[in-house]
Amino acid sequence: MKLTLKIWRQADSSDPGGMHTYELDEVSEDMSFLEMLDVLNEQLIEQGEDPVAFDSDCREGICGMCGLMINGDAHGPEVTTTCQLHMRSFSDGETITIEPWRADAFPVLKDLCVDRSAFDRMIASGGYISVNTGSAPEAHSVPVPRDDALRAFNVATCIGCGACVAACPNGSASLFMGAKITHLGELPQGQPERDSRVVNMVAQHDHEGFGGCTNIGQCTAACPKEIPLDVISQLNKDLRTAMRHGH
Amino acid sequence: MPDTTSAAEPSLSADTEGEHDDAAGFYTPGEPIADAKAPGGPVADRWATRKFESRLVNPANRRKLSIIIVGTGLAGASAAATLGEAGYRVKSFCYQDSPRRAHSIAAQGGINAAKNYKEDGDSTHRLFYDTVKGGDYRSRESNVYRLAEVSVNIIDQCVAQGVPFAREYGGLLDNRSFGGVQVSRTFYARGQTGQQLLIGAYQALERQVAAGTVSCYTRHEMVELIVVDGEDGPRARGIVARDMVTGEIETHTADVVVLASGGYGNVFYLSTNAMGCNVTATWRAHRKGAYMANPCYTQIHPTCIPVSGSHQSKLTLMSESLRNDGRIWVPKSKADCEKDPREIPEEARDYYLERIYPSFGNLVPRDIASRAAKNVCDEGRGVGPEVDGVRRGVYLDFTAAIERMGKDGIEEKYDNLFDMYERITGENPYEMPMRIYPAVHYVMGGLWVDYDLQASIPGLFVTGEANFSDHGANRLGASALMQGLADGYFVLPHTIRDYLADGPFEPVADDHPAVVEARESVQSRIDHFLNNAGTRSVDSYHRELGNIMWEFCGMERTEDGLKKAIDLIRTLKDDFWRNVKVLGTADSLNQSLEKAGRVADFFELGELMCIDALNRRESCGGHFRGESQTEDGEALRHDDQYAYVAAWEFAGDDQPPVLHKEDLVYTAIEMKQRSYK
Repeated sequence: MKLTLKIWRQADSSDPGGMHTYELDEVSEDMSFLEMLDVLNEQLIEQGEDPVAFDSDCREGICGMCGLMINGDAHGPEVTTTCQLHMRSFSDGETITIEPWRADAFPVLKDLCVDRSAFDRMIASGGYISVNTGSAPEAHSVPVPRDDALRAFNVATCIGCGACVAACPNGSASLFMGAKITHLGELPQGQPERDSRVVNMVAQHDHEGFGGCTNIGQCTAACPKEIPLDVISQLNKDLRTAMRHGH
Repeated sequence: MPDTTSAAEPSLSADTEGEHDDAAGFYTPGEPIADAKAPGGPVADRWATRKFESRLVNPANRRKLSIIIVGTGLAGASAAATLGEAGYRVKSFCYQDSPRRAHSIAAQGGINAAKNYKEDGDSTHRLFYDTVKGGDYRSRESNVYRLAEVSVNIIDQCVAQGVPFAREYGGLLDNRSFGGVQVSRTFYARGQTGQQLLIGAYQALERQVAAGTVSCYTRHEMVELIVVDGEDGPRARGIVARDMVTGEIETHTADVVVLASGGYGNVFYLSTNAMGCNVTATWRAHRKGAYMANPCYTQIHPTCIPVSGSHQSKLTLMSESLRNDGRIWVPKSKADCEKDPREIPEEARDYYLERIYPSFGNLVPRDIASRAAKNVCDEGRGVGPEVDGVRRGVYLDFTAAIERMGKDGIEEKYDNLFDMYERITGENPYEMPMRIYPAVHYVMGGLWVDYDLQASIPGLFVTGEANFSDHGANRLGASALMQGLADGYFVLPHTIRDYLADGPFEPVADDHPAVVEARESVQSRIDHFLNNAGTRSVDSYHRELGNIMWEFCGMERTEDGLKKAIDLIRTLKDDFWRNVKVLGTADSLNQSLEKAGRVADFFELGELMCIDALNRRESCGGHFRGESQTEDGEALRHDDQYAYVAAWEFAGDDQPPVLHKEDLVYTAIEMKQRSYK
């Protein structure tokens, strides 16, 4: 198929950036979206033009490194990661607009690459269970009901791609944060630090410049791992409980 | 002449008779490695002995000691977290934008541990035995025993961190059997065990970042190792890293350097590895004196989604568990290969695994299933799209299983795998048989390390897939995760302590000749790439190198093929240096420049892999030499000649490498030939 690609080009974070238009022929529907960009880049290199920078790594939907706004949707029209989006989701002759994640807390580094290190700092602020290596009790000493473990697993599948933030009109990272709060909060091992965790993570979230949540739900609609919206309710509940406990 | 000669099985073919050395002329024989520094005594006591012998560093002194760790996968993140919490000053480096993205995250199946929760006869000794046997008796007994021994602590640690392993209704951990093992010792978190284990290690790492003991350098790539010559010989003292956003070339020095930078399967271009996985960190260390051991050992995984076109950038693995219910076949006749498989009648199908291996059928080990698929495709009976003139795919058919278990039964058991297949191929596997083909998955070779995980350069430690020590010639399912975490949480923290007890070492100044030399060599490589007025993209070279490696150093290797591959690689490498085209600048985010450095190192590694494969005229695990097979076409090992680790020393550009052999000695286990007939 033949495509017209409108791609955001920006040399670095200080450059104002702008849309550029490229024509691409002979796109096969078996290509992933990123392989289509690989083909474009080979064409650009041949023409002596700087290839488009974009992030990707595992290309099997699990590392969370890739992420593009495609025709205004985070990761494009399907509920999946950009690397698992295939060109059969598009049609011959289509014009596709490709932009980087949009959020103040995710500054653009170059073209379609953004800086998501705010997510790491949020995890560092409390998204863990404190246990020194070698000091863990025998694994069977604390049973975890099967359903609790399953729910913890289901929300622990967040890949930290940032689609929730990019899709949110407020640029909120509440879904990302709620997933971690819920994962650790579902497990007995996560209880001792439950209050301090939520208070510290919320403080870090706000400090990073993410917006507040107004329950629009675009985050969960865009999430490739289908993290449910109720992790945000859990987050708010945990925060209220922590405040009642005097945090 | 090296003593890799003499014929053991004169009945095989004329090729193996008489004195010969396939790799003669491609290498120089070196001194054998006499001692890998494992303590003596019964295998079960060795690790306890080493831990006791390892000197202590008092907590106040740990703050004065600095450690660089390259890579944040299971091995790197767990080591950084553990050494940080012990009180050392740790710098952690990764090329991704976050430590959480390391490719350990993609591991699906599970992690083994000898907990014996099922009371089905498992034990440390049995896990040790299965792992050595599964590695085709080409791994080290002492290391593997230690791995089995600490495996139980890994599960405790991960559970305490909040890793949501599968549980039974009573709240206790569930186990399954995996990879043909007869006991249930595999702990899992649905099909995403690697992800959950990595996130556990990553969170532990971020906790140390908050505590101030670990500094993370993301989007930083190690491009050179700094080795300082002192009165007592050379020591690894730091790295040169490139900030991949600003392009700045940075020097980082420390008392000790740890490489946990993963495997090099991307030398094949197409593999199940992440796109960024590369050999540069370990190869730069190799060029500075660290031996590279058994580089030819590559694990090929049989159940991957086949290549669909020449644009393909990577291959996706599907869990081997599919082989439990799917039947593997190709048409008997080439004429049927283009037909809709549903229109090919039963009698026109060749269920080749069931035919050749009636007792194991579709469940034969990975190396055997992979080679059989290649053979039928090479015969021209492959299915699926034709890429470069050949159809490389075989059917994995669930029709009978759907009839037996119902669509619901299949959905419950394999749901996400079927969805994943449909997403990638656009075909519904409930209606059409899946297509699969083998792909490069994991490498068992890596930098040579002693029992303490120390490389042949003092002060350089290597963990996880980046070292060679635990998997032999083959890797069993669920054992790589175990090794990564064992090394990082439980082994390295004890062994590195002994080394650090001699520190802190004298600081290395930025203008030290070793630092200046390392920086200049990095700079001159970058300058070359950007100033070279070439015409071909980096990727086009990488693809071509990958094709050579896959064709001649992939599932089956022969003397002629490997010699041809070495010629082709040398020619292509020369062309690469003269004709590669890299646009952009050095002082910016430049992905072509990043790739150019990695591909340059892949060329050198690829050549060494072929030389190593040429030297090893035997078949073992993932290494199948055409000249060494039984009359039935099965892998034939030669324990009398090749029960050694091949540790290669870099001798200089355009110089043949030097081969050091470390004999593999088994005291607690007897070497046996595998058979799956």
